[in-house]
Amino acid sequence: MHEEPLVRWDWIGRNWPSIQVLLADHVVMALVPIVIGLLVALPLGLAGVRWRWLYQPTVGVMNVIYSLPSLAVFIVLIPVTGLATRTTVMVPLTFYAMAVLIPAVVDGLSSVPDHVRQSAVAMGFTPLRRLLQVELPIAVPVVLAGLRVAAVSSISLVSVGALVGRGGLGYLFIDGWQRQFYTPIIVGIVLVVVLAAIADLLLVLAQRLLTPWSRARGAA
Amino acid sequence: MNWLIDFFGNPDNWSGPDGIPVRLLEHLEFSGISLLLAMLIALPLGLWIGHTGKGALFAILSANAARALPTLGLLVLIVLLMGVGTIVPVLIPLVALAVPPILVNTYEGLRGVDPDLRDAAYGMGLRGSEVLGRVLVPVALPLILLGLRIAAIQVVSTATVAAYVGLGGLGRFIVDGLATKDFPRTIGGAVLVALLALIVQLGFALVQRVMVSPGVSQRQTIR
Repeated sequence: MHEEPLVRWDWIGRNWPSIQVLLADHVVMALVPIVIGLLVALPLGLAGVRWRWLYQPTVGVMNVIYSLPSLAVFIVLIPVTGLATRTTVMVPLTFYAMAVLIPAVVDGLSSVPDHVRQSAVAMGFTPLRRLLQVELPIAVPVVLAGLRVAAVSSISLVSVGALVGRGGLGYLFIDGWQRQFYTPIIVGIVLVVVLAAIADLLLVLAQRLLTPWSRARGAA
Repeated sequence: MNWLIDFFGNPDNWSGPDGIPVRLLEHLEFSGISLLLAMLIALPLGLWIGHTGKGALFAILSANAARALPTLGLLVLIVLLMGVGTIVPVLIPLVALAVPPILVNTYEGLRGVDPDLRDAAYGMGLRGSEVLGRVLVPVALPLILLGLRIAAIQVVSTATVAAYVGLGGLGRFIVDGLATKDFPRTIGGAVLVALLALIVQLGFALVQRVMVSPGVSQRQTIR
């Protein structure tokens, strides 16, 4: 076997268009589950706070779902959603996101101090306005912390989908393995980590924008 | 359902080097070794960082960055670089996967202990190591165990992927089944891995009930 350089830059240049296609596919498959997961977790989390008895069973079910290995779930889903489709990868990732986000929403809403809630009531806030203008903003840091975990793991897990034929950048791992060729694997790892870092950074920025008071307090 | 009967009902799948018992043992072997190594690295480090507060920012930042590493890619790369002669190349990514949750949760657990409690322990004349062993660790135990549980489940799940690079374990059924279009085999393997993960989850719930002091478990645990 001849000596192989770790990264062959000319390969990256020649294959950049197809890498971009994989990258876009990866972003879609990672992003959609997080968004849907959040949209489902918000009402379920609210329900969990309002009706406490609902919360423990929900968390139990979510813990069970979270412990199911992604590859196993992809495979069980193939007869339903098809081999190598985006849906096969996105459905389990949506449930993983929910498993992280529902407790985050519940913890976030529970972190609203009681005197704050009572002040809002005393000021004549309707329950809906209280939720939107007082409780949810206070819950933002905890929810966003959950969202960061969900985003990073979603981005990293999409690549496992490559084993069932649809894994975005994960395809580069399979390609590199089959050809005993380092470059695609390294490109894939670097791009996944960069994607995760960008997502994390955006969420940190979102937190700063959504909770201006925490900065004001820090400066004072 | 018929697929499951095809797979689990076939006596050939229950014996020999490619039988369910052998594959299960292999799976448990490298999951167990990886988890043990990760514990040996992450627990002392997490305790030290959490207790002294030294190097916390660096450790937590690198642990979070490590979480973003795609295991499949890491696995493929390391095995390609080191060859598949032993299980060592497969242990590296699994350990890398298990260290961050254990480290971060141990650290967060110790940090989250009420400072008054810590002061009271010192005030009672306990030395640093006694405060750590008798007060901080018991109080932080739910979070530490949560970290171990997350790590264990991730290792058990990901050890499945290891079959792709030629390793044994339950993932073999999935990968071989996919390669030969033997769908009952694939589904059977997936179900076995899922069951194993659930058993691990359940096992940790029991350990938590036994190990965590009743006074502490009143407290709500944070994810």
